[in-house]
Amino acid sequence: MKRYDAIVIGGGHNGLVTAAYLARAKQSVLVLERRPRVGGAAVTEEIFPGFKFSMFSYVVSLLRPEIIRDLDLPRHGLHILPLESTVTPMENGDYLAAWGDHDETRRELYRHSPRDAEAYDEYGRLMHFMAQAVKPILGMVPPDPTSFAPGDLAGLLKLGKHFRDLGGERLHALVKLMTMSSADFLDEWFETDVLKATKSASGIIGTFLGPRSPGTAYVLLHHYMGELDGVFRAWGFAKGGTGAVSESIASAARGFGAEIRCDAGVSKVIVGNGRATGVVLENGDEIPARTVVSSLDPRRTFLQLLEPDHLPSDFVSDIRRFKFRGSSGKVNLALDSLPSFTCMPGVGRQHRGAFSISPSLDYVERAYDDAKYGEFSRRPYMDIVFPSMIDPGMAPPGKHVMSIFVQYAPYALNGGWTDAKREAFGDAVVNTVESFAPGFKSLILHRQVITPLDIERITGLSEGNIFAGELALHQLFFLRPAAGWAKFATPVRGFYQCGSGTHPGGGIMGASGRLAAMRILKDGT
Amino acid sequence: MSLRTTPFHSRTGPLSEGQAWRRWAGYVVASSYELSHDREYHAIRNSAALFDVSPLYKYLVTGRDAARLLDHVVTRNVGKAKVGQVLYTPWCDNEGKQIDDGTISVLGEQTFRMTSADPTLRWLHLNASGLDVKIEDVSETTAALSLQGPSSREILQIAAERDLATLKYFRLTSAQIRGIPVTISRTGYTGDLGYEVWVDAAQAVPLWDAVIETGRPFGITPAGMLALDVARIEAGLLLIEVDYFSSRHALIEAQKSSPLELGLGWTVATDKERYNGQAALEAERRRGPAWQFTGLTVGWDSLEQLYAEVGLPPRLPTQAWRTSVPIYDRGGHKQLGYATSGGWSPLLKRYMALAHLGSEHATGTEVRMEVTVEHRRKQAKALVTPLPFFNPDRKRA
Repeated sequence: MKRYDAIVIGGGHNGLVTAAYLARAKQSVLVLERRPRVGGAAVTEEIFPGFKFSMFSYVVSLLRPEIIRDLDLPRHGLHILPLESTVTPMENGDYLAAWGDHDETRRELYRHSPRDAEAYDEYGRLMHFMAQAVKPILGMVPPDPTSFAPGDLAGLLKLGKHFRDLGGERLHALVKLMTMSSADFLDEWFETDVLKATKSASGIIGTFLGPRSPGTAYVLLHHYMGELDGVFRAWGFAKGGTGAVSESIASAARGFGAEIRCDAGVSKVIVGNGRATGVVLENGDEIPARTVVSSLDPRRTFLQLLEPDHLPSDFVSDIRRFKFRGSSGKVNLALDSLPSFTCMPGVGRQHRGAFSISPSLDYVERAYDDAKYGEFSRRPYMDIVFPSMIDPGMAPPGKHVMSIFVQYAPYALNGGWTDAKREAFGDAVVNTVESFAPGFKSLILHRQVITPLDIERITGLSEGNIFAGELALHQLFFLRPAAGWAKFATPVRGFYQCGSGTHPGGGIMGASGRLAAMRILKDGT
Repeated sequence: MSLRTTPFHSRTGPLSEGQAWRRWAGYVVASSYELSHDREYHAIRNSAALFDVSPLYKYLVTGRDAARLLDHVVTRNVGKAKVGQVLYTPWCDNEGKQIDDGTISVLGEQTFRMTSADPTLRWLHLNASGLDVKIEDVSETTAALSLQGPSSREILQIAAERDLATLKYFRLTSAQIRGIPVTISRTGYTGDLGYEVWVDAAQAVPLWDAVIETGRPFGITPAGMLALDVARIEAGLLLIEVDYFSSRHALIEAQKSSPLELGLGWTVATDKERYNGQAALEAERRRGPAWQFTGLTVGWDSLEQLYAEVGLPPRLPTQAWRTSVPIYDRGGHKQLGYATSGGWSPLLKRYMALAHLGSEHATGTEVRMEVTVEHRRKQAKALVTPLPFFNPDRKRA
């Protein structure tokens, strides 16, 4: 039996990135994926004949430019298409739109509030500085603030200097961003409710928090990180859906010599003398390896793949406390034709961007209220895109696919999720869209409703959390996934973690996978 | 408008959101229809982009000696070409310096259509003395559309109600689109799967309507010159008056180039009778050209570092540029040549440039390209990269 230098458990985008970097460094690498295809939550599937869907994750958020370059992903088929506009239909029949053209957006804002139109540029400038302040952290192995090891001290010093160099004003703004709710933070800048609602929505995605919950302001920053990359702009829609992103990374990994095996679920990591020595597959086969890397979320990585006695008990309890609390659902629709929204009738360029169902802060907060008490939102927040308008290949000519990201759908639903509840949730989504786009329901050819429980069942993500663990402040940086173990190594020698449950996590970014590979190569185990 | 508009203008005019027009051979054509050319560019690589390329100069060359005339003028072997073939070719003066480049479509045994960037009627006549040949300027009476991108074949197949899978790269066929007689050639200026449709100018508008209507479910997108300029750099395709100067317009010798210096050695036939510039080109081939035309990939890390020094993230032009930029050796002291076009490739996520380098420096070397960072001249690392930058299988498949 061949012994690999490294086995990567899970062929999601981070696992594939780790595999590609290790293979690039001439290691023999095997990726083991439980499902028939790679991608994890970044998969494209033809759920309904001729209609292709990015089943779960549907936009490329912050795929790191260095990964795109190092792995030459465009050569492996990655093509990121711009997604430029956002239209928010309002309940009074009006709308708020943000277009690709700056002047056009400012004029639109002016229609709602001349003051906000002016504040918009200043706000953008501040967020630019904030993103610039935070960005280096994304590419950094988190130093342990309690450690006196030279590497940690150097990292902390660098970080300390970095923040000191920001200067008072920007540091204060950063602290506000880190601690405030997005609603409060936006209140300091704008008066237009629908603008605040739409901006705040990006702060709640994937969390079990509402726009008025502290800690949500930080996530607003992520939208501006992409802009720092300038022309590089990795924010958009992947041609062929998000599965094509995974496929391109897989192709790059194979190009460097990595083997990728699908339909090969791993049941256990083999540990001997405190060291990982290989894996056992679900079919009982054992494969030896010098290093084992898990891209699964922290709960499955430590509580499922390992026997509890391989880990220190305080670490186990930290992992048990790590919060998942999936709160998002997805409705994928095949459409006969595009819906016309009351606020902007007809079919046009608005369909090439997103529709945000976030008409007011109260609306979004109320959607959260339902979830707080264990129900799905009766009128949820939704982020709607029509991928076939951007990549016509996603649907048969003239037909369309519609992707609806929905919040909130709590994993821990009162009474638990059943088929009937799933459909009731789907009905709530469709009926809410119908209220903004009458006639829309009659265009639906096929409907797929995905609850957090479905996300967990299909992708394995615990509690269906799309970020492999909530992106809450107490679970970020040197605390992701647990204090003392945020540097991709684990208490078991030769066993590493590389998934979104590690720093920096979140979205199709690949940073966790890359940093993990760097760490493994540095350790040279 | 004192400049001419093309036969498609009644359709393209109203599409222009920002009234951004560019001059081309005495005509105006759209720079971009939308305020930004971004989506038009992506259509070339993602679905299908429709360009109005009517301003090209077009000549119909017919008669018993038509092939003989063309063979005398251009560097490719026209006599060997079969009916239905299209040749891309440069043509030279007697010193082997390039005058222009274009295509020759073999429409029949004695019927050829030549396209050029500059007016070429006089040059053809000068070379035709004593030959049995008729040269007709059909520039104004022939309109042309270029449909480029992965969905172009599907759209044209439906529009022309026929299978185009058998139409190979650089071949042409006659067809009808809604009863309008057209010639469809599998050619273009994007390095992608694509076609050009040639039509009588009087039928231009109904042709446009038919193609747009058929293409709508496939995401067809009218596109302008800004988008085209990015695609042609990715494809490593030369542009006259930008990447080289016609020897007829050059004021000094150093402004002239030979096809061998422009990466067009493959177009210089070695198997035909006398043609303009032959002796000079053969001699040059023996001794090796002094210049090489090549791609450069400007290092992102290097740019990031230069910008970080002034506290900024990298800022690159969002449009392709067409200026001459010095290229230095890796030490940054000795100038090796100059870049003539460049820009960011949104597809490849690379900063590309097309450059002329002294032959001894042109393979696999690291060089420096001058960049202006906050008003100051700096040098960014760049790698010599073989052309084309982008060459999808579908182009020829």
